[in-house]
Amino acid sequence: MSFWSGVLAIVRKDLSMELRGKEIVTTSFFFALLTLVIFNFAFDMSSLEIRKSAAGILWVALLFAGALTMNRSFLYEKENDCLSALMLAPLDRSSIYFGKLISNLALMLISEVFIIPIFIVLFNINVMQKPLYQLAALLLGTTGFITVGTIIAAMSVNLRAREMLGPLLMLPVVAPVVIAAVEASGGMIRGEPAEGWWVWLEILIAFDVIYLVVSWLVFEKIIEE
Amino acid sequence: MDFIKKNIDTITMALTALTALFMVVALFMVFIHAPLEQFMRWPQKIFYFHVPIAIMCYVGFFITFVCSIGYLWSGSLKWDSFAVSGAEVGLLFANMMLVTGMLWGRPIWGAYWTWDPRLTTSFIMWLIFAGYLILRSQVDDEVTRAKYSAVMGIIGFADVPLVHYSVKLWSRGIHPVIDRSGGDAGMHPDMFMAFKVSFVTILLLFVLVFIQRVRYEFLKCQVEIIKSHKTRETKQG
Repeated sequence: MSFWSGVLAIVRKDLSMELRGKEIVTTSFFFALLTLVIFNFAFDMSSLEIRKSAAGILWVALLFAGALTMNRSFLYEKENDCLSALMLAPLDRSSIYFGKLISNLALMLISEVFIIPIFIVLFNINVMQKPLYQLAALLLGTTGFITVGTIIAAMSVNLRAREMLGPLLMLPVVAPVVIAAVEASGGMIRGEPAEGWWVWLEILIAFDVIYLVVSWLVFEKIIEE
Repeated sequence: MDFIKKNIDTITMALTALTALFMVVALFMVFIHAPLEQFMRWPQKIFYFHVPIAIMCYVGFFITFVCSIGYLWSGSLKWDSFAVSGAEVGLLFANMMLVTGMLWGRPIWGAYWTWDPRLTTSFIMWLIFAGYLILRSQVDDEVTRAKYSAVMGIIGFADVPLVHYSVKLWSRGIHPVIDRSGGDAGMHPDMFMAFKVSFVTILLLFVLVFIQRVRYEFLKCQVEIIKSHKTRETKQG
């Protein structure tokens, strides 16, 4: 089995499982929605000033939803010892990582498709002023925290306090993603010229590339018995 | 390596005595020999300790990074002992760095903490390596623990340049930087001498604490081996 057909098989398996259960997308969507509601109580969202911090609120909601649901993808594999079966399969070990990464990313992007229109409606802030670049920022930022999150989830499912440890280990590492994504999206929402936010997209690309390579190199070591 | 192992007690004694001696000399150099800085006055004295401590803190984390790669490369648990020692001693020095920095910040900046790039980077490193130690406490099997923490050590340290670069763009810094554009040390020769002495002092302290931490880790492994032999013997008997 070639590398990509292995990746594809894992993605297909995860997505068809999600299609039947709809667990991850619903929980991460509702968690993000709840975060927005809580933010509404915590800050005065009706003021004009809120445009300045709109991107921050959106990204915190997405990041927390992602961090909390990330463990799930490996938790499923722990049940009935599916992970051992995956490792016995004639696959390159790193294709398990990329399969999981792509399916996590797909699920997170699906919940974003629901949460962003709701964000626009609830707070009356047009996020999509520069639609193409904003989509690029969302894709790059999400890829950034999913890349780190997937590798950490692969470890934290085997720990005693797995629900706590995942976010605890992931959030400090993705600090550059948070800063860069918030600055990029925020600059676009405020309608600033491209010179202001372009560099943040570059930082996101750098983060994604570095962590994709690092994760690809170390993943094998995590799952071998 | 063998020489160090055989004479570890003598080396420890000698290093402790040397560090203690240097500490006294450093205190003399910092508080009596070095002139008083003209604007900051006395709080500036913290600089002589704060800067070497900060450097050694990053050295500790760098040791973790290198030894984590070494562990994943070779699979020898010795690397793991060095890696955890680097993280723990690094975190200890990070604590000292943050505390001395805050003590200086209060009189000079008027606040214990600001979200300056250097402060933010150090704080995020502190969080990552505190997480590293929490991760270790969560795993019982030593091979799994070594693997997981090695991965965390690599992921965590790879973040340093990214965090530093992004927070630097994100907020303009107010952290002082020594102006060396004149081609010299950027400070009074007596100050530079005091700095060099206190740097050596902190370096010695780091080496001393680090060696003890590694030694403790090795002893712990030995105890585990003896324990497993004992249980096997009692089972057979």
